[in-house]
Amino acid sequence: MPARAKVSGNITDERPIRVIIAKPGLDGHDRGAKVVARALRDAGMEVIYLGLRQTPESIVDAAIEEDADVIGLSLLSGAHMSLIPRVLKLLKSKKVRGVSVVAGGIIPDEDAARLRKLGVRGIFGPGTTLEAIIQQVRSASPRHAS
Amino acid sequence: MPADPLVKGLLAGDRMALAKLITQVESGAPLASDALRVIYPHTGRAIVVGFAGPLGVGKSSLISRLVTFLRKKDLKVGIVAVDPSSPFSGGAVLGDRVRLDLHPGDKGVFVRSMATRGQSGGLSQGTRDTVRLMEAFGMDVVIVETVGSGQTDVNIRDVATSRVVVLVPHLGDDVQSLKAGLFEIADIFAVNKSDLPGSSDAVRHLREMASIMSSRANWKPDVVECSALNGTGLDELWSKIERHEAFVRQDEDARAESKERLAKELRELVSRKFEVRLSSMMSEDSKVRELVERVQEGEVDPYTGSELILGRFPTRRESPRRR
Ligand SMILES: Nc1nc2c(ncn2[C@@H]2O[C@H](COP(=O)(O)OP(=O)(O)OP(=O)(O)O)[C@@H](O)[C@H]2O)c(=O)[nH]1
Ligand SMILES: [Mg+2]
Repeated sequence: MPARAKVSGNITDERPIRVIIAKPGLDGHDRGAKVVARALRDAGMEVIYLGLRQTPESIVDAAIEEDADVIGLSLLSGAHMSLIPRVLKLLKSKKVRGVSVVAGGIIPDEDAARLRKLGVRGIFGPGTTLEAIIQQVRSASPRHAS
Repeated sequence: MPADPLVKGLLAGDRMALAKLITQVESGAPLASDALRVIYPHTGRAIVVGFAGPLGVGKSSLISRLVTFLRKKDLKVGIVAVDPSSPFSGGAVLGDRVRLDLHPGDKGVFVRSMATRGQSGGLSQGTRDTVRLMEAFGMDVVIVETVGSGQTDVNIRDVATSRVVVLVPHLGDDVQSLKAGLFEIADIFAVNKSDLPGSSDAVRHLREMASIMSSRANWKPDVVECSALNGTGLDELWSKIERHEAFVRQDEDARAESKERLAKELRELVSRKFEVRLSSMMSEDSKVRELVERVQEGEVDPYTGSELILGRFPTRRESPRRR
């Protein structure tokens, strides 16, 4: 079911959930991130795809300019405990409200627990289904919270 | 007196306010109309350039280079990058930032990605309003990137005064690009990827064609060879854009066209507002709802029904319905 489908024939000021997908850090490829991006699109969301090698600063700036609802970070490198908190801190210091952060990648349980405490709204390990990711992104979207 | 704090913020240079207002105008929120009215006097001075062209020819890369070039001249640049929405889900993957976002932390650049959201006419308005917000924010140049001929989803003609069509070697002599309507909208051709073989042939070929075609009366499209990879041709591209801007300002036909555009915009706005009123009438007016049911039950035919609904709008004596 598409997220926030338009009411038939009516003009509404609803808009699709907007998600930033970025792969911060210096590692690897972005195949996984692209698969997730397409799945979110097929679920009716607008995905702003930033690609590889983004810094927390450029990700947060993009989230501001794009008026995003969710930032999805894809990480493989193990740098999650520095990069993700940095994004959260920047959101706070720049007074960005209404943007949630979710993350996917290889993140050990104890780190995941700490990240959740810091405010990360969803964490997707390697086995997470696309369905589950879509579901969590949707419920992480502050405008969508019902 | 800007009552709206977002408008106040925008005029004071607050990026977040600009972003939120774009969201409003993009979705045609009723609030947006008030904001646009207030900012309108602050618009009309920026150079608005459209970049159109087939998938992957290097539009974003070229824009990125152009932005660097313009930033050196201390010009502030706004970019609206439009990609199509999926007709199946209504969602979209907006990927232009991958190549555009080369200016981290630079407050003189603002990039916004936009999906077509399946409403062709509506998008032109959303794009145009976004351009205006960026102008009011203080951008000297606003660039609009669209894929394809720029006619299918966003009519780039309605939004930009100078239209650059980006092609690559071996695409220039493709008749398909003719069919795609690219020649009708191109004020300037940019043959990108000139680092690849075949570029000068493509340029020569395009120049020949351009000499017998025109995007406007009295204007023959310029052809510029450039490479976003090597960063060549950017100064020439910009000087052609400036030349075209100067032409548009003094040419009679071009001025007539821009008047025509305003008339068209006005008409579209009225029709949208009418549409909004109709929507709320269809769902809220009990008499109308009753009428819909009577049509559904076969008691009233749809033709009579539509006249009756129209009759519920305040009419004027000179109503054209009885001719
Ligand atoms: N060789 C060469 N490659 C280029 C040049 N400009 C862009 N590219 C490459 O062409 C590909 C597409 O570039 P983009 O800038 O994304 O092209 P685009 O037209 O914006 O693409 P869409 O927005 O998807 O239609 C990328 O892989 C670029 O690196 C160039 O001047 N020379
Ligand atoms: Mg592009």
